[in-house]
Amino acid sequence: MAINATLAQVSNYLIYSAMLVYTGAFIAYAAELAYGNSFIRRQAAVPGDVVGAGSGEQTVPSELVAVAGEARSASSGGPAGGTSARRAAPTGAPSGSATDVDERPARADRVGRIGVSLTVLAFLLHAGAVLTRGLAAGRLPWGNMYEFNVAGALAVTGVFLALLVLGKPVRYLGLFVIGPVLLILGLAVTVLYTQAEQLVPALKSVWLGIHVTAAIVSMGLFTVGMVQTVLYLIQSHREKVAAAVRSPNFMDRLPSAAALDRAAYRMHAFVFPLWTFAIVAGAIWAENAWGRYWGWDPKETWAFITWVVYAGYLHARATVGWRGHKAAYIALVGYGTILFNYLVVNIWIVGLHSYAGVS
Amino acid sequence: MTSDAGPASHAGPASDAEARAAGELRDTSAATRQGGEPMPPALRPRELSRWAWRQLTSMRTALVLLFLLALAAVPGSLLPQTSIDPGRVAQFIQAHPALGGLYSRLGLFEVFRSPWFAAIYLLLFTSLVGCVLPRIRVHAAALRVPPPPAPRNLDRLPVHHRWTVAEPVEEVVQVGARSLGARRMRVLRGPQEAAASRWVSAEGGYLRETGNLLFHMALLLILFSVAAGGLFGWKANVIVPVGSGFADSVSQYDSFSSGPYLDASGLPPFTITLRSLTVRYQTSGQQVGAPRSFVADVGLRPEPGTPVEAKVIAVNHPLELSGVKVFLTGNGYAPVITVRDAKGHVAFSGPVPFLPRDSNMTSTGVVKVPDLSPSQIGVSALFLPTALIDPVRGPISIYPDLKNPQLFLGVYSGDLGIDSGKPSSVYQLDTSKMTLRTNGRLAPGQTLTLPGDLGSISFDGIRRYANFQVAYDPGRVPVLLAALLAISGLLLSLFVRRRRVWLRATSHGPGRTVVELAGLARSESAFLEEELEEITGELSARLSVVRDEE
Ligand code: HEM
Repeated sequence: MAINATLAQVSNYLIYSAMLVYTGAFIAYAAELAYGNSFIRRQAAVPGDVVGAGSGEQTVPSELVAVAGEARSASSGGPAGGTSARRAAPTGAPSGSATDVDERPARADRVGRIGVSLTVLAFLLHAGAVLTRGLAAGRLPWGNMYEFNVAGALAVTGVFLALLVLGKPVRYLGLFVIGPVLLILGLAVTVLYTQAEQLVPALKSVWLGIHVTAAIVSMGLFTVGMVQTVLYLIQSHREKVAAAVRSPNFMDRLPSAAALDRAAYRMHAFVFPLWTFAIVAGAIWAENAWGRYWGWDPKETWAFITWVVYAGYLHARATVGWRGHKAAYIALVGYGTILFNYLVVNIWIVGLHSYAGVS
Repeated sequence: MTSDAGPASHAGPASDAEARAAGELRDTSAATRQGGEPMPPALRPRELSRWAWRQLTSMRTALVLLFLLALAAVPGSLLPQTSIDPGRVAQFIQAHPALGGLYSRLGLFEVFRSPWFAAIYLLLFTSLVGCVLPRIRVHAAALRVPPPPAPRNLDRLPVHHRWTVAEPVEEVVQVGARSLGARRMRVLRGPQEAAASRWVSAEGGYLRETGNLLFHMALLLILFSVAAGGLFGWKANVIVPVGSGFADSVSQYDSFSSGPYLDASGLPPFTITLRSLTVRYQTSGQQVGAPRSFVADVGLRPEPGTPVEAKVIAVNHPLELSGVKVFLTGNGYAPVITVRDAKGHVAFSGPVPFLPRDSNMTSTGVVKVPDLSPSQIGVSALFLPTALIDPVRGPISIYPDLKNPQLFLGVYSGDLGIDSGKPSSVYQLDTSKMTLRTNGRLAPGQTLTLPGDLGSISFDGIRRYANFQVAYDPGRVPVLLAALLAISGLLLSLFVRRRRVWLRATSHGPGRTVVELAGLARSESAFLEEELEEITGELSARLSVVRDEE
């Protein structure tokens, strides 16, 4: 089938437009955190004021200000004056307990909302780029590294927006998710750019659709999980310093370390079965294309290594002493294996999976 | 197991809560197997072996073995592997003789068949069995045990709600039990307690542990199925020029490998003839020359005497018959070459498969003509489908299809060295006992006359050949089923929420019943707060809430 060059060009324009709008969103999220920062500084000037109802050890601003990020409907406790004893770091807002919270600059919130709107717009442009690329080539638009990057970045934004749509309090992630998205797209349009073309025969299979789609979505989810893990580590180091001593900064606007840790775990637990499925689908494809379902090709080997490391992460979470930091570092090692597989194995290591399309 | 809620009991809810507060493990069955047990003081063999077994089956050991497994796989991806590409292994050893020898001795060129790699995964799976079997027993027992009674002080639990309703205790208990039952939790109603109160206890999410056990057992099943495939399966490769064919028998294959339990006479008796091979390449643009389609049209005779059926074998579309799969795994050119002696008698004639060396199908091949007098002839040849004489690199192919096919020959005479009985490759010419007589360059239809009275070599034409891989792997389907089982188990294990919920209704006089609702997460991501809020909402909708609580 012939390539539709006009549509391919439209796809390229859409990618650049999406990158422009993402940049706007990025700035908006950064501004939101910066505004919040000046607010925190004002609050920090009047310590003691910011105490949530009763619980002495939770006077740290991060708990209070986490409210901004975790703006979940705070139906705290039972309906008729019920109490909800939250011993573990609270994730909900102690509504009505700290009235100062509501004086949080509405501007920051507004800027944050603008960030979300821009993200949605950029996502639509981005999705349009993927769609037109697919239409131009007459196939699923993930057949070389340029296309993987573009689709993978779309998956990252998609995961972030899906969490927002599900009502999860994840707006705080905006800056840290859109940053990597811009980086991935930047790499795509500069280093990895490949013209729209048809596929080599080995890639023509329904299992390409299934396997690569699952792998790309998994990589999007792993990326978000990695971001949460990094934020958790930063936050947790911050929380070690007494609240009164440490200088306030934007990290205070993020959820507590415990909440970030839990969010990261959920993300990883969610993606692990999908990654498992991606590997199985890949094995089915390999069996059809090469006559064996598993051959320890470098790409397969690294997919296996990633799988084993994340299985280790899940185990570590279930083992005393390996929660928290140690488990987090394992998750980061896992992400490192994904990056290695994607960047190093795809481009530099000889194997059957040589479809990078980068010359 | 079904203990009361005494603080000393391990399975009891109160101790669970304490364990949780201390940041410990929720799963009591796993908690008993944490690592770090002290060495036994007396090292009698029996105790020692029990201690060793406990160490092996501890979570920490499993974790270490998992990481070892990941680490051990790394060299297998960075170094060339014999089973994947023996040529690159040989190159590596040639380039780095000392290092190559060391690596070779360590098994680093065959990582996934090396004893140390096997040792890691066998230990891991032993650990897995030792870990999972007791858990199956514990879980089976837990499935038969009713939920534990409510602890005395529900407000000590991590999530706790309390409010007042108008209905009497009995009705509250009934509504509560129904609501919890509707969440597919196992419900137990407690007896009347002293202070005119009653509790309901519910536990849900047993499927989590079931799924986890299923997942680990399925991993074991994958291992067994892969092993079975290796033991009872076979794999063969054959190169077939267009117009030729092969029968499914060991002697007809270029290479054949099988497990130890193969009955070679049991191969299905089919024959396959390659009628045509269609190959298309990208003709323009950035990816010019990239392959776009490979399709082999074959004639299949399932059994001797049966009619020939027309079939298509393509990349991603193998042919399957009685469990044996035929894959198209490669293709190449087989120049048709005829060698004549000085008198014009044909000493050799036929298509000679050449091995492609690059993506533009620069191919190399060898012709050996032993039955020629006065001396044996050997031809070492380079075939270029689209030839270009590059001033720097010499003759190369610049496009994989047949645009300007040329054959470059080096003709040797002397001793081919094939009578010595030593096995020699059909793709390599041993020129140590031969002398180069002439070089030549032929287009299709041309003939090169050799010096002396050695005769002539003609390049009659070109046929494509297909590379077929024929494989029988009885482990294939079991592996797939086991993998699907593993995924199902994993989904249950990660998404089912194991939790306990208790409700206590206490009468505070007529028209005033205090409802307490509390829960305990017994697994990660239990979303217990959300669920308890939901239950509270449900109950409040069904009961009449009294606002003015003291
Ligand atoms: C082939 C090696 C193994 C792999 C790939 C593997 C993988 C996994 C995975 C992915 C989970 C996460 C599911 C979950 O969190 O519920 C898990 C959980 C678990 N595994 Fe393994 N496992 C292996 C071997 C073992 C061994 C040897 C043991 C025992 C020593 C073990 C004990 C457990 C336990 C107790 C859990 C439940 C953790 C929890 O409470 O969530 N596993 N395993």
